[in-house]
Amino acid sequence: MTAILSLRDVRKTYASGHLEVEALKGISMDVHEGEYVAVMGPSGSGKSTLMHILGCLDIPSSGTYELAGTDVSAMTETELAEVRNRRIGFVFQGFNLLPSMSALRNVELPLVYAGAPREERRARAIAALEKVGLGERVEHRPGELSGGQQQRVAVARALVTEPALILADEPTGNLDSRSTEDVLGLFAELHKAGRTIMLITHEAEVAAVAQRVVRIRDGLVEEPAGTSAGAVRA
Amino acid sequence: MNLLETFYTAFEAVLAHRMRSILTMLGILIGIAAVILTVGLGQGAQAQVSNEISKLGSNLLIVSPGSTTTTTGIRGGRGSSSTLTTADAVALGSKTVAPDIARVAATSTSNQSLTAGATNWTTSVVGTTPSWEQVRARTLSAGRFITQDDLDQARSVVVLGSDTAAQLFNGRSAVGQTVSINGSTFTVVGVLDTIGSTGSTSTSSDDDLAIVPETTFASRVSGSTTRTSVSTIYIEAVSSSTLSAAYQEADALLLTRHAVTAATADFSIASQQSLLKTATSTDATLTILLGGVAGISLLVGGIGVMNIMLVSVTERVREIGLRKALGATPAVVRRQFLVEASSLGATGGLLGLGLGVAGAMVLPQFLNQPVTISAPAAVGAVVVALGIGITAGVYPAGRAARLAPIDALRND
Repeated sequence: MTAILSLRDVRKTYASGHLEVEALKGISMDVHEGEYVAVMGPSGSGKSTLMHILGCLDIPSSGTYELAGTDVSAMTETELAEVRNRRIGFVFQGFNLLPSMSALRNVELPLVYAGAPREERRARAIAALEKVGLGERVEHRPGELSGGQQQRVAVARALVTEPALILADEPTGNLDSRSTEDVLGLFAELHKAGRTIMLITHEAEVAAVAQRVVRIRDGLVEEPAGTSAGAVRA
Repeated sequence: MNLLETFYTAFEAVLAHRMRSILTMLGILIGIAAVILTVGLGQGAQAQVSNEISKLGSNLLIVSPGSTTTTTGIRGGRGSSSTLTTADAVALGSKTVAPDIARVAATSTSNQSLTAGATNWTTSVVGTTPSWEQVRARTLSAGRFITQDDLDQARSVVVLGSDTAAQLFNGRSAVGQTVSINGSTFTVVGVLDTIGSTGSTSTSSDDDLAIVPETTFASRVSGSTTRTSVSTIYIEAVSSSTLSAAYQEADALLLTRHAVTAATADFSIASQQSLLKTATSTDATLTILLGGVAGISLLVGGIGVMNIMLVSVTERVREIGLRKALGATPAVVRRQFLVEASSLGATGGLLGLGLGVAGAMVLPQFLNQPVTISAPAAVGAVVVALGIGITAGVYPAGRAARLAPIDALRND
């Protein structure tokens, strides 16, 4: 199996006033195609920083990050935007849907930036919304949908570009237990269908649904307790 | 992402903040309407003045009595003396001395009460010669003008302006009727064509006057002791190209006749062009001043757009971050905000143009002043509004483009 995502000694240093804070102190890991990985860690562990780098929202200070065979660790802002558009589907804690647009238009948005023609965009967005069980609500605005439904729209938006990686940052943080089950069920289905999913969370019961759990503490990967099928030690 | 999609996305955003967009546009709208109206008012006033002055007659020079200097050095103001005489007019009409002068008409004016039956009307009575008709480029609507024979015989005949005739005879034919001026009875022989009222800008209208032969004027109307003095001499040059030659000939001749130098001249000569220049330059100054004030309000409107766009960028940090996470490049984000700002500017400009045009139709009914809106001014206003929108958008759009997606998304 090829690694879809591969980090080698990734470090990230922030300048905070006069102090330099090292948020990531040399992380190495691989994620293979079709894996469902949960990244767990308490707040301040560097898990958010890791998520930003995995999501190509930020670049590492040193080390390399290869996504689907491409080194993205030294890309420009414009190149990164393209990688995010083609290779990564985001699901955020706060849903991050645009409130003035219909569910359909929200799901279409990544395809708009990819430059897809109108008809194709519409067809693919409807297909993605049907996949998450919202085929009947394409014209609803986020405000007219429940939290769980909004997060389903966000998942449809993450799916619509057929990305190499679905990156979910605390996707159940704003949801009640029923909606949480709902969304996690959706991820399980996507995993079954062969998607690669990385889920970042601080809740153990959420992390438990994943195939593999990577624990982060103080900017380093903690030694995995037995299940380290694909993890590579630094 | 193509341009059409950029426009669509920007309009979506403008519509999503409808109230704010309308208020922002209002600044530009009012600014553009104000500029269009003030410039239109100025242009309308200029056109009106130049139209009135051109009605005075073509290739016209106007000689007025100037100041006199006494032997003790006391100078009177312009028009304080009556230094011009009928003899001056005759000399100016000489083809040998002044070959570039076509015709001369001397006039004397006196305000008199005219009575026709029980109707009474006060107007300016002008004593002049038959050449007045050509020099002032006037035509008659009825009857005839005064003739050389009327002049020689000092006949009591009068030609009325159209307004005067209407006032005295109230629609009935005036020709053949009699009017009483200063106790003498005059026969109306003709009525002048309407030239268009000078209305608001002048106290005496060119359609409200009574023309009598200058000989009759001296003996029956003015009662002045110096019966040969005249108040104004109108000179018509042979053509517009000989106007300055005619000016120099008249100037030299009058200086010689009055035995004065240019420094002590007791008369002044104005041309139609010089009157036009003075009158329109006053209006132009006013237009620039008012246009400047309106321009400042437009500038304030532009700053309003920039302010709102900056607020919008700050407020929409999450939206911008999300768009970037989903694959919007900095260039795409910049373009979206630029299009938003410029569409606010352009829409405000178009609506302002509409308001300006509406104002130009309504305002003349209250102001008695024409408002001219020229096509270049209208197009220019909208282009300026668009330019203001783009300029106001550059800085906020740059800020939006530079936002790091992680900072933008962090606001949870």
